[in-house]
Amino acid sequence: MSGEVQAAAVLGGFQENEQLDDRRPAGPARPRRIGLGDWLLPAYTIIAFVFLLIPIVYTFVFSFNDSIKSNISWRGFTLDKWLNVCNVEGGAVCQAFGNSIIIGLVATVIATTLGTMIAIALVRYRFRARSATSLLLFLPMATPEVVLGAGLAAQFLAVGVPKDMLTIILAHTMFCISFVVVTVKARVASLDPALEEAGRDLYGSPSQVFWRVTFPLLLPGILAAALLSFALSFDDFIITNFNSGSVSTFPKYIYISASRGIPAEANVIASAVFIIALVIVIAAQVSRAARVRRLAKLG
Amino acid sequence: MAFAAFATAEAQPQAPKRKSRIALFLLLPGILYLVLFFLTPLISLLLTSLQVPSELGDIGQFDYAFNWQNYVDVVQLYWPHILRSFGYALAATVFALLFSYPLAYFIGVKARRWPLLQSLMLVLVIAPFFISFLLRTLAWKQILSDESFIITSLKALSLLAPDAHFTGTPFAVIFGLTYNFIPFMTLPLYTTLERLDLRYLEAGSDLYANPFTVFRKITIPLSMPGIVAGTLLTFIPAAGDYVNASRDFLGGPDTQMMGNVIEANFLVLLNYPAAAALSIILMAAILVLVGVYVKRSGTEDLL
Repeated sequence: MSGEVQAAAVLGGFQENEQLDDRRPAGPARPRRIGLGDWLLPAYTIIAFVFLLIPIVYTFVFSFNDSIKSNISWRGFTLDKWLNVCNVEGGAVCQAFGNSIIIGLVATVIATTLGTMIAIALVRYRFRARSATSLLLFLPMATPEVVLGAGLAAQFLAVGVPKDMLTIILAHTMFCISFVVVTVKARVASLDPALEEAGRDLYGSPSQVFWRVTFPLLLPGILAAALLSFALSFDDFIITNFNSGSVSTFPKYIYISASRGIPAEANVIASAVFIIALVIVIAAQVSRAARVRRLAKLG
Repeated sequence: MAFAAFATAEAQPQAPKRKSRIALFLLLPGILYLVLFFLTPLISLLLTSLQVPSELGDIGQFDYAFNWQNYVDVVQLYWPHILRSFGYALAATVFALLFSYPLAYFIGVKARRWPLLQSLMLVLVIAPFFISFLLRTLAWKQILSDESFIITSLKALSLLAPDAHFTGTPFAVIFGLTYNFIPFMTLPLYTTLERLDLRYLEAGSDLYANPFTVFRKITIPLSMPGIVAGTLLTFIPAAGDYVNASRDFLGGPDTQMMGNVIEANFLVLLNYPAAAALSIILMAAILVLVGVYVKRSGTEDLL
């Protein structure tokens, strides 16, 4: 949904509609008094961000805690947990983390492929049952996760499919497709069909036109959709919990060990993932800003 | 808005109509996938919700039937959980809106002059997404536990009654739901506020409206699409959530929501019909509420 799509845009730094003109009319600056609102809102914003970041800082700080088993009270600084992430509980954390990565990658590849195909068809072709298709794509996003999870689990139970890695991948692919469609569709809609026509005029075969013209132009949207899919899959707990059987994923590992105490190694992995994600996003934002500046210069 | 995203491109296909075989080829795999793994599971869920325990079977064995009594039973047994789910989700949605609106207003309106700051603040808004949902909830549990620094110092300063608890209370669950879904509220609000044409606000104050009236009569109505999208994006997942309310996280025995009893019935008690009936009730209630809400707020074009 829109929050997710916006997140994808920020995630990838690939905001659609990179118009160069400022569509926000500035208007002449009017003389104004310095009022209460001038510092109240910035102050509130700072407090709000501090509030939003508290649990992140907490998780990061406690990844350096010299804890024994559970990681509740501060026992002193150590780098051990970062250096020996996989040594705890026979590597259960790393096992779960590895499963999450594999599931995320496979589900992302399938969902991105299927979703991109749908997005192209929705924008480029007229067909019957169009509104039914849109509804089918919208509903998974408006259904609570617990219903999606229980529904799939009921189906697997009825058909007699044992729950394992495959059922998790099938479930994750399902809820990622709609988000891919929404994200990629915006990109397809902003694509100038004249570029593809030019390709055809130059005797490009349909597949040449697709791979040499359409696909490269859609790539930023596809990448943003893939990043969003991976993030959704990687952090999903509720649907996974219903369809995983005995397979552990990173969120499931945390849920199960919550009652007996989470080892600091889980904080290490979560902090590392956080830092990597932040670097990717900021790099994408910076390169987007650079691209806009470059385009502005050309224009 | 994404609710609109499916509707907006409804219009003019950019290329002239080409062979519909290509459209079919593009659509079929994905649509088939959703039919198999989204639509049929919902039908399975409906059929499961009507099952009866098999005569000779063990626990967790059921036969297909049309036992509508299951619905009556779960409502009788779990009505407090049903009410709690919607009550908590509603409270969390209101708090998230109150928290997010000024924040989104600052990012989308006040920070327009500094695009880099704007995008940096957006990254900060979604930063909680990058750390595991479960770990950030657990972090709050530990920060707000009875032995934590914050709670003990508040008690030492007599700002909090000595026997006050935070974790395990409805307040903690609503707090957790609010925190976890704030980005879902802030982003759509930001999207509409960022496009707010400030000349309308100037026109309002030129006509001698005070700032509050301008806000109430101009800013709020113009940001309605963002408010509707944000409240839906917060309310739907909050009503179905069971992590925050779980005993190992921020909840206690008296804060269990529908998600908790669906999970317990499905995965622990193996009472699949009860879990399925509760899921169907949850989904139906959400669809009805969303439909009414979208109609009443006059933003039907969102769907």
